[in-house]
Amino acid sequence: MDVMQLQYLRKNNMGLSIVSYCKIKNNTVCTNGKETYNCDSAIDFTSFLTTVYKEINLDYPKFFKMDNLSKSGILAAELTIRNSENFEKHAKENVAIILSNRSSSIDTDRNYIKTIIDKTQYFPSPSLFVYTLPNIVIGEIAIKHKITGENAFFVSEMFDFQLISSYVSIVLNNNNTSTIICGWVNVDENHNETFVFCVEKTNFNQERNGLNMPFNIDNINQIINKTK
Amino acid sequence: MSNLIDDLKKQIIEQLSLEEVKPEDIDSNAPLFIAGLGLDSIDALELIVLLEKNYLIKIQDPKDAKAIFSSVQSMADYITANTK
Repeated sequence: MDVMQLQYLRKNNMGLSIVSYCKIKNNTVCTNGKETYNCDSAIDFTSFLTTVYKEINLDYPKFFKMDNLSKSGILAAELTIRNSENFEKHAKENVAIILSNRSSSIDTDRNYIKTIIDKTQYFPSPSLFVYTLPNIVIGEIAIKHKITGENAFFVSEMFDFQLISSYVSIVLNNNNTSTIICGWVNVDENHNETFVFCVEKTNFNQERNGLNMPFNIDNINQIINKTK
Repeated sequence: MSNLIDDLKKQIIEQLSLEEVKPEDIDSNAPLFIAGLGLDSIDALELIVLLEKNYLIKIQDPKDAKAIFSSVQSMADYITANTK
């Protein structure tokens, strides 16, 4: 975004806003700031994700074939989209997906290695192998919601607001993209944290239904720190 | 043969993570791909692994795979014909 565009947006009180979000951490699901599902923390992560799938009546059998990274992303994106007032109004080619994480696909990489490490029991699993890239979660979300817009996956130590917000601004201001499913999907043994949100261009002078949080570092930190 | 078919149904469900399918839901003669269970190309590869892992059978000619994996019955026939 150039200086002229930025000045125009500021003058007209326009900017980028978070219109819905979902956070999954510590066997708890939080949607638009409200705890929507909480499970016994002793339950393992895969069972927790299956319980959430059933709880939200997803009815998408392919879910069971996914690795936990894609399952987390699919559930968080589903709840974010369901809680976004305007999502269905966006043409699917104008929806972008930008995700990031710290651990890439390490959880599935480990599971895949188990299928090839013993040379006497060498049976490489094709269904695990296809998930040994972190951006596959973007593909799964895109297939589920028939989204055909831009996409990118970044790997960084923590959610890099500077990088992601720059990228979000470029995508929303330089092509036909009208909304972005954005966030962090990390799965690595006991370090499982997902937060996904929808970002749109907004005129803050106009009233709108639903959530309308300015897309800034303070609100992102609030989402990250809100639940347990 | 009926034991083999029952075992195969259970193994297919487990190997392909068909969580919402029960063995009795699978028609032994129904097509496994597109219609029937609606399996895809990755599932086909998993079925090849299943034959190697559980029955020590390697499909020698890939062209035969389509006929072998057309149904649970055809898989059972192939296993029976190729088990020493």
